[in-house]
Amino acid sequence: MRAADTASARDAASGGAPLLEVVGLTTTLVATGASVLEDIAFTVEAGETLCVVGESGSGKSMLALAIMGLLPPAIRIRRGEIRVHGEDLARLSPAEWRARRGRDLAMIFQEPMTALNPVMRAGAQVAEVLRKRRGMTDDAARGEALRLFERVGIPNARARLSAYPHELSGGLRQRVMIAIALAAEARLLLADEPTTALDVTIQAQILDLLNDLRRERGLGLMLITHDLGVVAEMADRVLVLYAGRMAELAPVAALFDRPMHPYTRALLASIPTSEGPRTRLVAIDGAVPAVGAMPQGCRFRPRCPHADARCEAVPPLVAHEPRHHAACWATAPEDRAS
Amino acid sequence: MIRFLARRLAGSAVVLLLVSLLTFGLIWLVPGDPTTVLLEASATPEQVGRLRVALGLDKPLPLQMLDWYGRVLSGDLGQSILLNRSVTEALLERLPVTLSIAAISLTLAVMLGVTAGILAALFHNRWPDQIVMSTALFGLSVPDFWLGLVFVVVFALGLGWFPTGGFTPIEQGVMEWARSIALPSLALALTQMGFVARMARASMLDVLNQDFVRTADAKGLSRTYVVLRHGLPNALVPLLTVTGIIAGALLGGTVVIEQVFSIPGVGRLIIGAILSRDFPVIQGGLLFLAVVYLLVNLVVDILYAAVDPRVRLA
Amino acid sequence: MSDTVSTPLGETWRRLLRNRSFVIGAVVVSLIVAVAVLAPLIAPHDPLRNNFRTRLQPPGEIFWFGTDHFGRDILSRILHGGRISLIIGASTVVVTGIFGTAIGAVAGFFRALDEPIMRLMDAIMAFPAILLAMAIAAVMGASVTNVVIALSIATTPHTARIVRGSVLVVREMEYVEAARALGASELRVLFRHVLVNVTGPLIVRLTYVFAIAILAEAALSFIGVGPPPPAPSFGNIIANGRDFMIVAPWITIFPGLAIIAVVLGLNLLGDGLRDVLDPRTRI
Repeated sequence: MRAADTASARDAASGGAPLLEVVGLTTTLVATGASVLEDIAFTVEAGETLCVVGESGSGKSMLALAIMGLLPPAIRIRRGEIRVHGEDLARLSPAEWRARRGRDLAMIFQEPMTALNPVMRAGAQVAEVLRKRRGMTDDAARGEALRLFERVGIPNARARLSAYPHELSGGLRQRVMIAIALAAEARLLLADEPTTALDVTIQAQILDLLNDLRRERGLGLMLITHDLGVVAEMADRVLVLYAGRMAELAPVAALFDRPMHPYTRALLASIPTSEGPRTRLVAIDGAVPAVGAMPQGCRFRPRCPHADARCEAVPPLVAHEPRHHAACWATAPEDRAS
Repeated sequence: MIRFLARRLAGSAVVLLLVSLLTFGLIWLVPGDPTTVLLEASATPEQVGRLRVALGLDKPLPLQMLDWYGRVLSGDLGQSILLNRSVTEALLERLPVTLSIAAISLTLAVMLGVTAGILAALFHNRWPDQIVMSTALFGLSVPDFWLGLVFVVVFALGLGWFPTGGFTPIEQGVMEWARSIALPSLALALTQMGFVARMARASMLDVLNQDFVRTADAKGLSRTYVVLRHGLPNALVPLLTVTGIIAGALLGGTVVIEQVFSIPGVGRLIIGAILSRDFPVIQGGLLFLAVVYLLVNLVVDILYAAVDPRVRLA
Repeated sequence: MSDTVSTPLGETWRRLLRNRSFVIGAVVVSLIVAVAVLAPLIAPHDPLRNNFRTRLQPPGEIFWFGTDHFGRDILSRILHGGRISLIIGASTVVVTGIFGTAIGAVAGFFRALDEPIMRLMDAIMAFPAILLAMAIAAVMGASVTNVVIALSIATTPHTARIVRGSVLVVREMEYVEAARALGASELRVLFRHVLVNVTGPLIVRLTYVFAIAILAEAALSFIGVGPPPPAPSFGNIIANGRDFMIVAPWITIFPGLAIIAVVLGLNLLGDGLRDVLDPRTRI
């Protein structure tokens, strides 16, 4: 099978490097030079799900767009590497980066209402990827689009190929988005709050689908969410972002059991303890500071109950356990926080 | 789709009714008795009386209106006072001239304007954008009839490439016909093009900022493909609207430009009537052009449905 | 539009001064208005005085823009003509502003009247605006007042539509609901909240109306239904020059350039105002 061939060829070429490796990624506003993301570093392995969490304004979506090379013109990458299959995309020309999109990395967007072209049939939006990116003929593309529609669980798939987006429910539209993301056989899948706009039962189905696909195809999944319920269900590891900086990066169990950053603790505290409905991250006083109006030192300082004089310096990201990192002076191990 | 069409047709019918009412009411804008404007001060009471009968002013208002509707609905716009012939005939005879100029300048303005506008959007804030936008602004600010006069001085009198005026029917040779309407069409097109280019650029920029374009970019498709396959079809609806709007402006512009180039179209007929207060021709001509405008916009609305599947549901 | 109200006046002004279109347009328009106001003082010659010895003089040291077939100085006629054109444009802006706002506000605020009013506006817009203005001006008799009335009738429907659109948006906003709940009368709600919010789009539209009126006045005068001669206006100077295009193209060229300068200035001004006051519409 061609898909398997290319996938294993890529693995071989990258010499066992992680699917995605972000190193020291910093983005800034072109106009003012104010930093949007600062010094982000993490990896996503094949078959792994990394959840990125934080309030709105924390820079989650910006991180995904930066990795895709789809940042708005007002923001640019200042420093850092974005290695996909071992290749640093940040050093490529826009045209070369474009050629990697779809084939090496794909993205599912938050709003299935607006993310699909309203005047183009759903099947055609999948088939064009197959034709343009995998060189299929029209007939072959149509057949493959049908198989993809069936794979992502669109009932009555053949008829749905010729439906317009407005004729589909939110859940079906998101399945079409997933089919588009799968079409060019990218191994790295970025999903930006793929279920936020959907109701709870549909949400669970879509998450199950993503999980199945990850196992079946060995995908690396970077899932952006602000729903800690989703994190608990999906994540292998969790990256907590606050105001464009990494607050904490840990395996999911360690994060829920031993959160090291006061911000992570506050997030976890905002989940109701009883079996209630999932809540969003709103229960912390204050708001994420705006880009360009960041406090000196630790950016969580103004909202942090443990803030003291040390926090006027930027806290480094230090390892508490081999795979558990946090950036906080107050909770850092003694020998590191001097 | 059928419901959409039916509603649209009903809407047009109401507007058409009001349009005809307004045309009918135009004569009441004349200060005092309309006949005094038309006749010399020395006119005898018999002459005034005859004119009143000719204009139907001797009957009570509701009857006058009923008369007018009865005639208009049967295609009779009355008799011209000056030409002493049927207004409908005179208009129909001149219609092809006016329509060919309006249609050619509409086509030119839309094609050139849309191309320039898309180019400007693609090179947003870079030099092609600035050139297109400056040219468009300039075009918006030039009086079309004056541009026509300048064209006459330069291209007809100076270089001798085109006739200075007049109209050659297409039956007497396509080349001659084209030469006779080239300058007026160009003068009109260039002034309307600016509007089209600005609109095309704005709607294209709007579309290119939408989420589905980002989705298309995430697929790794080429920029040109994304713009033409995803951007353009979505920008068509506002562009159709512009086409409808400038159709009206072009009909008005044609009226004036016909005067510049001495072209015997509907415009010259109406202006002649305006200057001599030949009311049946003024009323008939206004109604006629308004109907053409409404028809163009009806077609535009039907095209919406062809371009945007969402409209078909509405 | 909500931006407009929440932005303090000073901030709006600062943004306008940073907008290149606005600044260039404002400078051009101010200069032209100043020149038109001062026309009697700065015009080198009497715009109405015939002088057969100086007929059809090309542009030169004495007559910068040349003379027409009556020997009248074109520059002086343009300066004085600008006064009339600007007065007509400004008056049209005022009349259209009043009626457009009133009609649009009533249509937007009283649901029962919306449909009939807007259909009537549609009907007026179905006529080519320039032709409608010509017919009205001709029927009523050529005078400055009647030209203003004719142009206002032609430009009011679109203005009313814009005002109505803004009113519809604002009407649904929460604070209008809040004001109603507090017991403010319908009329006070209408004036206090809605009209304040409509200001941005309205100012932008009226700037364009000014430009449209200048162009339309020229066309009307060119056809011969504008302000009556011998008083000069941009359009009738061009109309006079038409018969002498071969021997004296300057009679036609210069007033045309004057129109372009005024209208370009107004359009730049309008674009700048639109960028700052009404960023949602872009045309």
